Amino acid sequence: MYSEKVMDHFINPRNVGEIENPDGVGEVGNARCGDIMKVFLKIENDVIVDVKFKTFGCGAAIATSSMSTELIKGKTIDEALAVTNKTVAESLDGLPPVKMHCSVLAEEAIKAAIEDYRKKQREK
Amino acid sequence: MGDRIYLDHAATTYTKPEVLEEMLPYFTENYGNPSSVHSFGREARKAMDLARERTARALHTDPGNIFFTGSGTEADNWAVKGAALANRKKGNHIITTSIEHHAVLHTCRYLERNGFEVTYLAVDKYGLVDAEQVRNAITDQTILISVMTANNEIGTIQPIREIGTIAKEKGILFHTDAVQAIGSVPIDVEEMNIDLLSLSAHKFYGPKGIGALYMRKGVKVQQILHGGAQERNRRAGTENLPAIVGLGKAIELAVQDIPGHNARLEALRDRLITGILSTVEHTRLNGHPERRLPGNVNFSFEFIEGEALLLSLDIKGIAGSSGSACTSGSLDPSHVLLAIGLPHEIAHGSLRLTLGENNTEEEVDYVLEVLPQVVQKLREMSPLFNQQKGGLEYV
Ligand SMILES: Cc1ncc(COP(=O)(O)O)c(C=O)c1O
Ligand code: FES
Repeated sequence: MYSEKVMDHFINPRNVGEIENPDGVGEVGNARCGDIMKVFLKIENDVIVDVKFKTFGCGAAIATSSMSTELIKGKTIDEALAVTNKTVAESLDGLPPVKMHCSVLAEEAIKAAIEDYRKKQREK
Repeated sequence: MGDRIYLDHAATTYTKPEVLEEMLPYFTENYGNPSSVHSFGREARKAMDLARERTARALHTDPGNIFFTGSGTEADNWAVKGAALANRKKGNHIITTSIEHHAVLHTCRYLERNGFEVTYLAVDKYGLVDAEQVRNAITDQTILISVMTANNEIGTIQPIREIGTIAKEKGILFHTDAVQAIGSVPIDVEEMNIDLLSLSAHKFYGPKGIGALYMRKGVKVQQILHGGAQERNRRAGTENLPAIVGLGKAIELAVQDIPGHNARLEALRDRLITGILSTVEHTRLNGHPERRLPGNVNFSFEFIEGEALLLSLDIKGIAGSSGSACTSGSLDPSHVLLAIGLPHEIAHGSLRLTLGENNTEEEVDYVLEVLPQVVQKLREMSPLFNQQKGGLEYV
């Protein structure tokens, strides 16, 4: 049911873990089935120099977490914000329709982490 | 030990070679229609009669009370809808439980939309129905009680005999879905006061797509499939003879030595349960500790999700199933796990492993080696786990 790419990212997820003293953290829950993703960002001059994630969710949730962190690593904040769940799903050679909502989790967690970073910047 | 370990026997079993062997001639040689007058037909009829006799013997009843169906689902539909419709003049109330298989639950929901009232009894934290609760739910409108013999997800075995006694005392029809119980729970429909019983061959090493409904002589149950005069004018459609032959052989084998079968499976089951509970923290056993099917193991691992767990185990060659929302097409967690009071997150981390006759101790030991590693790996990925352990490493 999953593509080879999804299985690859599920078996060997990239960027799993946490960042100490992150510049931005985002945690979102999935209203559909109760899953949770947490994203940690290290940002220098508006460039995402490091990203880590933790996910409590299904195979598709883990694979999309992994893929989306790969897609935003080394990118500027604006470039990262342009990454949608559709981009992530396409990069994984597609997801089963019933699993599309899982990819929204990753997009939202990244947006929340960037929002957190911006809020911290404003408070500085 | 093969390269894959099948631990999903509650979903379906393989067909035993000796069952298949008896079936095969009915595809190619003895392919007659049991309703035909000629010798081909008579041979087919004879084979069907034998299968009916074997099924009746397994349930301790007469062959005349056995009706073959196209699945366990059809048997459940027939029993529940048929009994409700036939007894509508007496009342419109049905009692069942909140943990029935969807074949019964969704049939009851359908009847509710058509003027019937249904009481879905709650179960305790082990998934057990209280027989006294059944008694207390009875009204002067109650026409049917339907309680499964054993649950397909958590394996809990219900007090069917007690419920049968109450139903008989009150003169109410009693149906039990015994699909998971055949071959593990000894059944005597007379002694247990069962009026209607559903079974399905693919859960006891027979073929898929064939079931049976036992109907006590004289009970009023409407016909659901209309057409030809098959099954003594009660269930139309040319009989699936090879499958019926397979069901007959499979049920004969299944009830041959229930105590021996149970002892062997229980030893494997308990080895698996004890092994996991003693090595993996934050784990619970779902279902009843003792009153459970001999092959059923159902855990909840906190902080992780069941589909991810199934995929990881599948990569390691272990086939199981889960009641997690993420594994169900509807994205709702299993109604059974919710009914025993599990919060959504704990239902999420559920894993069902169901043993069968071919599983070995060596296979169980392989699971005991692999499963804790897989759980550990997923927990390290989980945001909940770290929060719980306050960043401490989990050993
Ligand atoms: C308890 C129970 N009832 C009914 C069924 C339906 O049986 P079948 O698959 O033959 O339709 C199943 C099996 O999925 C079951 O476990
Ligand atoms: S996270 Fe629940 S279905 Fe993917």
